[in-house]
Amino acid sequence: MQDLIEIRWHGRGGQGAKTASLLLADAAFNTGKYIQGFPEYGPERMGAPITAYNRISSNPITIHSNIYEPDYVVVVDDTLLQAVDVTAGLKPTGAIVINTTKDKETISKMLNGYTGKIYTIDARKVSMETLGKYFPNTPMLAAIVKVSGIMTDEELLNDMKGSFKHKFAKKPEVIEGNMKALELALKSVQ
Amino acid sequence: MSIRERLSGNEAAAIAMKQINPDVVAAFPITPSTEIPQYFSTFVSNGVVDTEFVAVESEHSAMSACVGAEAAGSRAMTATSANGLSYMWEMIYIASSMRLPIVMSLVNRAVSGPINIHNDHSDAMGVRDAGWVMLFSENNQEAYDNLVMAHRIAENEKVLLPLMVCQDGFITSHSIENIELIEDDKVKEFVGKYNPKHYLLNDKEKIAMGPLDLQPYLFEHKRQQAQAMANAKDVILEVSKDFEKMTGRKYGLFEEYKLEDAEIAIVCMNSTAGTTKYVVDELRNKGIKAGLLKIRVFRPFPAKEIAEALSGLKAIAVLDKSDSLNAVGGPLFTDVTSAMYVNKVIVPTVNYIYGIGGRDTKADDIEKVYMDLQKIAETGNVDNPYRYMGLRG
Repeated sequence: MQDLIEIRWHGRGGQGAKTASLLLADAAFNTGKYIQGFPEYGPERMGAPITAYNRISSNPITIHSNIYEPDYVVVVDDTLLQAVDVTAGLKPTGAIVINTTKDKETISKMLNGYTGKIYTIDARKVSMETLGKYFPNTPMLAAIVKVSGIMTDEELLNDMKGSFKHKFAKKPEVIEGNMKALELALKSVQ
Repeated sequence: MSIRERLSGNEAAAIAMKQINPDVVAAFPITPSTEIPQYFSTFVSNGVVDTEFVAVESEHSAMSACVGAEAAGSRAMTATSANGLSYMWEMIYIASSMRLPIVMSLVNRAVSGPINIHNDHSDAMGVRDAGWVMLFSENNQEAYDNLVMAHRIAENEKVLLPLMVCQDGFITSHSIENIELIEDDKVKEFVGKYNPKHYLLNDKEKIAMGPLDLQPYLFEHKRQQAQAMANAKDVILEVSKDFEKMTGRKYGLFEEYKLEDAEIAIVCMNSTAGTTKYVVDELRNKGIKAGLLKIRVFRPFPAKEIAEALSGLKAIAVLDKSDSLNAVGGPLFTDVTSAMYVNKVIVPTVNYIYGIGGRDTKADDIEKVYMDLQKIAETGNVDNPYRYMGLRG
């Protein structure tokens, strides 16, 4: 695995892309990595396109700019494909992970000639089946871990159990659902 | 053993304040420093600190409350950004002239207008002549470390000046990164108990603070302030040495990154220094002798030491994240070139204004500056020294 991995998240305000990027940073941190997790702050409003970033490395990270040539891109909402150039700068050696019900062929035509790998997951289905509500960020977190191989499935599941306990200390009833969402998402990404 | 953690810059600052456990914190929320008093007020509510938290109605009152608290003989801290600092302006000068070692966490943001909540250094640069010790921090770790060292510097009898620790708004304040925390008891021991020599609530010594000070004395008092600022340099180095003994992390007046054998170098502050290190490494791989001088102590300005560190170079670029709008150059450029001239160091030097209002500073931008420096080093021709980096059009 190359040393510095850069990930860009595209989502809409309220979908939890920022939270997902921070959870990924957390999980990678817990496997001993150096991490950065930061959102690009603009005028934040529910539904507006937002961007968040991760850097993950075995060595200290000093660079403090946004990410322009990511190794991976995560798209939390496929309606963004029309609004945002999500593959801008994306390395052809990397991959894009999209939350969609469309097939890869249809998606491929929407990516401005991007030649790298495309992965899809129906995060709505995963979320509805496991949580009963639509929270795409937990399935997308599992999807990018699976695609990038930043850590093993077991490392992610073990770590997130602890994180969810902490994050949902006041509503423990959602922990099990979120764990199931991770497990199902790991199997569903293709 | 230190504690391996991952925190945002704001969390790091709040944790440092928790470990310092000051007598008084008075603050008013403003983006991007809001989280610092927010987190700290949780520590107060949960009883993990015994600080008196004063939720004031404005920044003017925040600094006034800190002035009152320090004058009374207690240890006071605050946090703010941009227009919050502007609103403190009057009390900023009162704090330093009353020689009150207040410690502030300044999360740098553009001063309006037009209104902008993102990072540049126009807030800090607006108070650079206000008599505060000013430390700049590349990342969450340095923001934390500088705060742990702050009271020992500010409260030193030879200094007795307020001190601000700066970090870049959003870029480091809202980015989660690795950090090494120091154990609570070690910080407590390092910072020590505050024993002011003169204070208002001392019934054994009746004193007045902040009275009218006219022609016969004000000049001498200002001279004393200037001396205190000059004294701060050695005190900062002493405290940094003790800090290094505790943590192994070495801090000086500035950091020299691959500067020793460098031919071309950038001088800058805060998070941009981190991105510059990345670029320096890339250029070194290509055999280009690039270096960096990262300012940590901006006030007092270590003029002689900086001039000496830059003396062997062939070309220098000073990056300013605020514009003085004086038709000449930014504040850091003016200070650096003045330091060089006075110390007879003549190296072609140019200024780049950059990152205004949160314009992202890319590694590519910095690389272009080094390319410009290579040309200047070859020809010795500076042409226009007042330039821009990352400006459109």
